[in-house]
This record gives sequence, C-alpha cells and structure tokens, in this order.
Amino acid sequence: MSSFVKQWHKNKYPYMFIAPAVILLTLFSIIPIIIALVISFTDMDLVGLADYSNISSAGFANYINIFKDPIFLKSMYNTLIYVVIGVPLVVLASMGVALLLNYGTSWLFKSFRVIYYMPSITNIVAVAVVWGYLYNGSYGLFNYILSIFGLPAQQWLQDPTLAKLSLILLAFWKSIGLNMIIFLAALQGIPRSYYEAAEIDGATGWKKLRYITVPLLGFATFFVTITTLIGWIQFFEEPLVMTKGGPLNATMSMALFIYNNGFQLSKFGYAAAGSFVLFIIIIIVTLIQFAVKKKEVEY
Amino acid sequence: MALKMKHIEKGLMIALLIIGGLLMMVPFIWMIGSSFKPENEFTVIPPTLFPSHPTFSNYRDLFLKMDFMIYLKNTLIIVLCSFVGLFLNAMAGYAFAKFDFPGKNKFFYIILATMMIPGQVTMIPTYLIINQLHLVNTMAGIVLPGLVGAFAIFLFRQFMTTIPIDLLEAARLDGAGELRIFFQLMVPIVKPVFAVQGILTFIGAWNSFLWPLIIANDERLYTLSVGLSLLKGQYGTEFGLQMAGAAFMVVPIIIIFIFFQKHIIEGYTISGIK
Repeated sequence: MSSFVKQWHKNKYPYMFIAPAVILLTLFSIIPIIIALVISFTDMDLVGLADYSNISSAGFANYINIFKDPIFLKSMYNTLIYVVIGVPLVVLASMGVALLLNYGTSWLFKSFRVIYYMPSITNIVAVAVVWGYLYNGSYGLFNYILSIFGLPAQQWLQDPTLAKLSLILLAFWKSIGLNMIIFLAALQGIPRSYYEAAEIDGATGWKKLRYITVPLLGFATFFVTITTLIGWIQFFEEPLVMTKGGPLNATMSMALFIYNNGFQLSKFGYAAAGSFVLFIIIIIVTLIQFAVKKKEVEY
Repeated sequence: MALKMKHIEKGLMIALLIIGGLLMMVPFIWMIGSSFKPENEFTVIPPTLFPSHPTFSNYRDLFLKMDFMIYLKNTLIIVLCSFVGLFLNAMAGYAFAKFDFPGKNKFFYIILATMMIPGQVTMIPTYLIINQLHLVNTMAGIVLPGLVGAFAIFLFRQFMTTIPIDLLEAARLDGAGELRIFFQLMVPIVKPVFAVQGILTFIGAWNSFLWPLIIANDERLYTLSVGLSLLKGQYGTEFGLQMAGAAFMVVPIIIIFIFFQKHIIEGYTISGIK
C-alpha cells in the first residue's frame, strides 16, 4: 500500500494530465464498443431501455436476420455503388486540383486554394438546404441550365438511379477540399532539384508528372485513398439530410440503415449487429489496402 | 518555342483552375444571392442569380419566426466547451510526450485504438450510457462524448516530443509548479498546433449536428444546424428563409477560415502527412 502511495506521489502529475482524456475516451469509445458487441446478441429495444430485465439473449438471430433483410441488402448494394463511383472520383479530382494549385504561387493560386477548400468546412444542413434548392424540379438552377440546352427537366432526388448520383455529386463537391490540401502538402515536399535534373535530361511536362510527381505522391495517395474509402463506406450525412434514404430506399446507405434502426425504430440490438457488420467490412477493406500497398515499389 | 509552349500550358492550367473554382462557387453564390430575394422571386423563370428587389426580411424572420438567437447561443456554448476539450487534449499529449510513468504506453495505445472505431458502432451505446447517466436533453450530454479526441492528443504529443527536456528541468529548478509549467511554458511553445487544432475544433463545434439532434429533445437546446433542419422541415416552401438560415451558418465560418487558412495548410505539414 505504501509503495502505491509513493508511486502516486511520484507520478501524480502525468496521471492528472491524462485522466480527463482517458476517462472520457474510455466512457464514450471503449465501453461503447463492448456494449455494442453485447447488445448485438440481444433483442434490446425501447422496452428493454426502460427496464433492463426485459432484455433477453437473441443469440446470432440479429446477425442472421439482418442478412435476410431486403432493406439491409439494398443498403449494402447502394453503399457499394457509392464507393465504386465516389472514391476514384474524389481521389483523382483532388490530386488534379492540387496539381493545378501547385502550378504557381501568385495570389490567384492562393485564393483558389481557399475556394476549393470552402465546401469541406460548410455545414451539412446548410449544404442540404442549398443543394435541395439547386436540385428542385420546378425552380432549381440545374433544370434551368438543362432547359437552356433544350434538355428535359430531371427529377434529381426523386428518380431512384439519379438520386444516388445526385448525392455522389454533392459529396464529391464537399470532399475535394480536405484531400486536395493533403496532396498539396505532399507536392510542396518534393524537392525542385528532381525536376531540374529531369529537365536537363530533356523530360517534358507529361513525363515529369508521370515519372516524378505521381510516384512521389505515393504515400499521400495511399493516405487519401484509405481515408476516402473508409469515409464512403460510412456514407451517412448526405442521404440523411437530403433524401432520408428514399425514394424507396434507393439512397439508403448502411450507416443510415443502422441509424434508422437505432434511433427511429429503437431496435438497438438489431442496429448494433448492423454496425458490427459495417465495422468488419471496414477492417477487411483496410487490411486489403495495406496488403496491396506492401506489394508496391518503395521510392 | 519551348518558352511559348510553357506560356500556353500555364494559361491553360489557370483557365482550368478558374472554371473549376467557379463551379465550386455556384452553390455559395446561389445561396447568398437567394437569401436576399423576396419570396415571390423564387418562382420566377428563368431563375435569377441575384435578386432584382433585394431585401433583408429573410434574415429578420430568422429571429422572429424561429429562435435563431437561442440556437446561436447554444452553438457558442458548444464551441467554448470544445476549446476546454482542446486543452484537455494538449494536457494528455504533454504527459505522453514529457513524462515517464507506469502504464504510459498502454494508455497511449488505448487512445490510438479509439481512432479506428467507426462512429456508427459507438453511437447507440453512447446514447444508452448518456441515458443511464440521466444526461439526455442536457448540454453536458451533447458536449461530453466529443470533448476529447485521439487525433488531437496524438498531434500534441508528436509536436511536444521535439521540445528539449532541459527547458522543463530549468523551470522545475526555479520552483515552478507542474500546472504553471504546462500553461506558461508549454502552451506558448505549441501555439502552431493550437492554431490548427483550434480552428478545426471551432469548425467542428460550430457545425455539430448529429449528436445534438440525437440528444436534444426540446428546442431550448438546439444548435444552429439542428435549428436549420427544423426550419427546413417547417418552412419547406419558404426558400428565402431557408437560404438566409444557411447563409447565417456558413458565412461566419468562411470568414474565420479565410483569416486562419494559412495555419491549416501548415498544420498538415506539421502532422507529417506528406
């Protein structure tokens, strides 16, 4: 006991300094994941929330039923579409924008850096309000632009296929900024001398891009790809505020499915099982990414 | 000839940059222009980018028809609390960087591990915990779960590790207390990290939407974004009011961002992502 007191006196300050962070993270991150795992094997719902004695074990029923749930399967399919279209689009576009922005250092380039970053700090509800109006079938700007070119008006958010693409466009607009900054920081770290040496050897602009810039952006590309991928697997806020998953669940993502089951339908156990399915998918995809990365040549 | 090619190339790049930038700007221009439109101008075909009879009435209605003053107050409270959280992150980062104590590595790995847990997994159990603590529909319930963050702790630790220990030892010899050393010595040194984390924290807190939406049951606790989504539901056809609400949320953050944007880009260099 006395040695404990001695230890405490010696290390009082570091423990005091980490205590708030450790306690809060344990309470709201570590314990929740244990609770989520436990309740995913129960039938916990609103009745269970009121009185814990009403909760009973459900075994693997939640995990079995969720894969029979047509809405969940649909949400998995939708999420796949979001990822397959969204991720390459965001990675390529943010790299392209970063290359353009790295072309010069004048005020023009600096101001456009701000402009491209602006959407990513914009509140999602405000985005929904403004884009909802842009997409409006009767008075929206997009349909007006189509009409100038003599094209028919579109139901941007009501047509099941088009609604998915409309949400991707919105999320694309919102996520270029942050990734572009990561590429830009990486580009600024490439020494000028590499390009000068290549120029002496007669390399043209395209060759410099192909053989110097892109390979040296390897780590940034990996980082952006993996975070973008994880982000799009958890695609959530855009369908929540724009379409609530509709029409006919055409924009329902896995994360929104979990949220709806948890907070709209109060099926806590079922939603927790869904969240673990999502978690496992994220882990698998991340591991695959790291495996692919390992095979690549290091520069 | 080669020089001429280079000029053409640069011109082309600038043109591409400007076109792309203007496309990115369309929603912002549309929002600001529309927020000054009287309601009857919204059904005009062709739609106008700028109002022909500009009016401030939409902004006035935000405070008359809705309780935007209360939402603003709540949002600012959350922003202030998140700055307290920023100091808690810095303190933890400081302990991990500059002290040796039993269990140090274990605690640090636990903190790093929390970065990998997706929000969807913790969302429901965190709600159950908040419910158990009787903090549903309170400001504490809104603020506490997001108060500290592993990434910020990690950044502070990385930056503080580079500071020579002699500096701290000298202060200790002079009889300065540990808290004083932290606040008067460390905090000024790690100002660059505070600048980046400060602005990111501000943006995050100002925009906080989902958790207040889940925890706040009555309007007295709504944040600006929850209020705006309420407005979107209640006044679905009053575009002017909606646009003014959106502009009221977005414009302040853009102004703050323009002032501090230099630090954000430096911040990514500090964090070593390159």
